Amino acid sequence: MIDKRVGSLTEAVAGIADGATVLVGGFGNSGIPVELVHALLNEGARDLTLVTNNAGSGETDVAALLRERRVRKIICSYPRSSGSVWFEERYRAGEIELELVPQGTLSERMRAAGAGLGGFFTPAGADSLLAEGKEVRVINGRRHVFEEPLHGDVALIKARKADRWGNLVYSTAARNFGPTMATAAALTVVQVREFVELGDLDPECVVTPGIFVDRVVEVPA
Amino acid sequence: MSRLALTDMARRVARDIPSGAYVNLGIGMPTLVGQVVSPEKEIVYHSENGILGMGPAPAPGEGDPELINAGKQPVTLVPGGSFFHHTDSFMMMRGGHIDVTVLGGFQVSEKGDLANWATDDVGHPPAVGGAMDLAVGAKRVLVLMTHTTKDGRPKILPLCTYPLTAAAVVDRIYTDLAVIDVVPGGLLVREVVEGLGRDELQERTGARLSFADDVVPLVPGAV
Repeated sequence: MIDKRVGSLTEAVAGIADGATVLVGGFGNSGIPVELVHALLNEGARDLTLVTNNAGSGETDVAALLRERRVRKIICSYPRSSGSVWFEERYRAGEIELELVPQGTLSERMRAAGAGLGGFFTPAGADSLLAEGKEVRVINGRRHVFEEPLHGDVALIKARKADRWGNLVYSTAARNFGPTMATAAALTVVQVREFVELGDLDPECVVTPGIFVDRVVEVPA
Repeated sequence: MSRLALTDMARRVARDIPSGAYVNLGIGMPTLVGQVVSPEKEIVYHSENGILGMGPAPAPGEGDPELINAGKQPVTLVPGGSFFHHTDSFMMMRGGHIDVTVLGGFQVSEKGDLANWATDDVGHPPAVGGAMDLAVGAKRVLVLMTHTTKDGRPKILPLCTYPLTAAAVVDRIYTDLAVIDVVPGGLLVREVVEGLGRDELQERTGARLSFADDVVPLVPGAV
């Protein structure tokens, strides 16, 4: 029997290794898998590369990983936001490497990874500093920069409901990076508000089919 | 010297947004445009984090804390609205499906180059967000910004000195002093705030301006 449900947050993040590349869903405070990130903090993995749109704010989730010096590198589109004090502290001290990526490129690089593609050419950023050192090619008269796929060892994401096969539906704008990250990691771990029975999710409305999901854990709101 | 207040600048931009348009408003000053668009126009607002049909802020204490806009402020969804994931959202932006975007700007060049993501302040860690995808992808790129910096230096220049967001993308610039089109060969002034002479506008502009035959006055308080 296929059953991707696990009984605890500890089981959900078990085995995440030092040096792992971890994709963390969320945009601002919407859709962040806060409890999974805290479980990762407790699990203890260090020297992580985080891929996430923002670099955390306040003292929780991504900011807590930065505060506890678990992060070696962050791949991010908008690290600077109100309350991103731990990112700024670690960045200014030279303790963390930042790879800045335009937001659409960040998402598409993960899509390419999930889709088994070797990368893509995009006009976004082709005339900017962020294209330095990358191949630029003129396509249909416009400059495009080559971007490589971005794979995760692990993805931590948040959804609204899951069944035991790992089929997922999300909640409003909290969907954001979740469906793409789920495809791009070797191990996709999802926290959901609610488990439902197999067959209860309308197949026309499943957003992430369970093939992309490895573990789901219930974290009631 | 007379100049347009922020609300007038936003109203002027709003007039150029046609009914039926799919529109993305940048963070900051451009957000105001949504508040002054004529309610008779049916406009579908896009938010980069996966919303089409974004509505205004919810009443205090109501709404879904995870339903936020690109500026991380709470918003609502209008009937007919939809949610989708980030990759689809940026496909809409980069793929030419958004009719109009209104962006803030640090600098615009006479060729329509846009600098709006980084200055030369190295004390700040850099951040880019969705600016580059929007600038290259939207069908029309409108820039809303003050004509000069707080200390009076021009922001419309022969070449941007700040790092570029994208090259040759801006269609029209709206400032507190003028409405200026980026056309082949340079910058064409369409409208100037009432009481400001052509020479005075040129003095406050780094790039060379040309003027339309029928320059329209912008009247503060009556835009």
